[in-house]
Amino acid sequence: MRIVKALRGDTGGQVMLAVLLAVGILVPILSLAVPAASPWHVSTYTVTLLGKYLTYALLAVAVDLVWGYLGILSLGHGAFFALGGYAMGMYLMRQVGDRGVYGNPTLPDFMVFLNWPELPWFWHGFDRFWFAALMAILVPGVLAYCFGYLAFRSRVTGVYLSIITQALTYALMLAFFRNEMGFGGNNGLTDFKDILGVSLQADGTRAGLFIASALALALGYLASRYIVSSRLGRVAVAIRDAESRTRFIGYRVERAKAAIFTFSAMLAGVAGALYVPQVGIINPGEFSPLNSIELVIWVAVGGRATLYGAVAGALLVNYGKTVFTGIFPDAWLFALGGLFVLVTLFLPRGIAGLMTLRRAG
Amino acid sequence: MGGQVERWQYLNPGKTLAETLDISHQTLLYVEGVTVSFDGFRALNDLSFYVDVGELRCVIGPNGAGKTTMMDVVTGKTKPDRGFVFFGQSINLLELDEPRIAQAGIGRKFQKPTVFEQHRVIENLELAMAGDKRVWPTLFARLSGEERDRIDEVLTIIGLNEHAGRPAGALSHGQKQWLEIGMLLMQDPLLLLVDEPVAGMTHQEMERTAQLLLSLEGKHSVVVVEHDMDFVRSIAKRVTVLNQGAVLAEGSMDEVQHDPRVVEVYLGE
Repeated sequence: MRIVKALRGDTGGQVMLAVLLAVGILVPILSLAVPAASPWHVSTYTVTLLGKYLTYALLAVAVDLVWGYLGILSLGHGAFFALGGYAMGMYLMRQVGDRGVYGNPTLPDFMVFLNWPELPWFWHGFDRFWFAALMAILVPGVLAYCFGYLAFRSRVTGVYLSIITQALTYALMLAFFRNEMGFGGNNGLTDFKDILGVSLQADGTRAGLFIASALALALGYLASRYIVSSRLGRVAVAIRDAESRTRFIGYRVERAKAAIFTFSAMLAGVAGALYVPQVGIINPGEFSPLNSIELVIWVAVGGRATLYGAVAGALLVNYGKTVFTGIFPDAWLFALGGLFVLVTLFLPRGIAGLMTLRRAG
Repeated sequence: MGGQVERWQYLNPGKTLAETLDISHQTLLYVEGVTVSFDGFRALNDLSFYVDVGELRCVIGPNGAGKTTMMDVVTGKTKPDRGFVFFGQSINLLELDEPRIAQAGIGRKFQKPTVFEQHRVIENLELAMAGDKRVWPTLFARLSGEERDRIDEVLTIIGLNEHAGRPAGALSHGQKQWLEIGMLLMQDPLLLLVDEPVAGMTHQEMERTAQLLLSLEGKHSVVVVEHDMDFVRSIAKRVTVLNQGAVLAEGSMDEVQHDPRVVEVYLGE
């Protein structure tokens, strides 16, 4: 009931959820039930592409929660996304079983190649889905909590905090590039076969992953909306606008920050876990600082502190990326940079700001 | 000692910090021999200063006399090099951080009005309200009927009933100052520290602020730091004059005004 109440007045969010519901039902039907010859048919390629966009949208919601409402410009949220992705990737590797190139029933191919005698301790348990799913949430959450607890307790804010989040994801990238880490080095984890016993390549599986992504986005959005419309959400905005004042009226600023930051990292982890089975690979490139910066741009384009703007921004920029990289593959980063400059200059409140402007006018 | 109260609090789980307050000697705030240096400059120099329960005290002094630093020390923003600061006889404020000091019952209004501009006036009051301010309870908090009544009551005291639904950022300068005093009242503090409440106010606004502060006397102890001598004269019973980080004189407005040392450093200008 209170979740529904949290949506009151959030027109953008209601529209977004309605569209999401429609798309979440229509796309799988058009893909599975409509024959391939029909103009209404949606190809499996498109379903997977849309599913990928939805996981990006969830990631953008996670970033908007901490940037828009808490004032923490995290330039390292890609790290939490990638960690969630690796947890899922490890499960998918174990599902390969003896169908790898080397046919080893327990060891993934890269371990056989490196002459490892047995599975490292941290790979145990990942043959079970529930365990991997739990880790996809817990690992980013625990890392975010430890990082947040230390940073916020020392009252690191603003640019300095952004820089250390950037350093965090960069350090993880370097670590995951190393073969000794046991996560497949620079090749990462790939050549997945099955998820939950069904083939990853099957059309039905792709549709199922798409539905799961839509569902995760809807639930993540509702949970985030609940938080920002609760008193804790008002405390977050108070921290963003006047941190020391918030302390003087008796709130433990560092704890509120750590809690919301952790929740956001968990959302990012879920997004990563849904992303990996759809794109079929996870490698250290996902930790690249560039990725984290790119997703901040999605939120800026969509409009900060609206949540639904983050969803719109993520979908639009990524659609643009898909189209643009098809035409001029090398020019994408220039286009992205140009977009960021234009939005900052002419649309400081993003696409969401444009909507409210039109409603007011 | 305050530290022990903190440490042994688990033996007494029902009691909050505010409930362990001991004011049997009728003195609410003890500041004793406090010295604060910034890069060799002594902002406070062996300052001793006491506030009684329920009194309204004005603190005046020239720029750099240490008025704001004194408030920083009491609210936990600055830790002194030497000295004691006690709230009642039992709570050692130097061992607590800002949120705990606020929860113990000390509210502070800053020199520059700081309200949460994006939030509506009632939301500002709601956030400031005394209560459980930990993360989980805050996430699931709902306003009870009593709490709504309390907010209405404070809205009436500060005269912002009509503006309850407006964003605080849209208020005039004077209204923001009152809202901030209202936020202090929502915290239900025993001690209010009010830094330059009438800076930049019109004459009318000043009068209303004076009435507001006078109405708080008795229920709360109020320490007002102010530059405007007319305003101080209109509310003060006891005045403390600070100069160079120490108390220069203390007494009624008349006594202080005719003290030759005070005239020399401050009023004579």
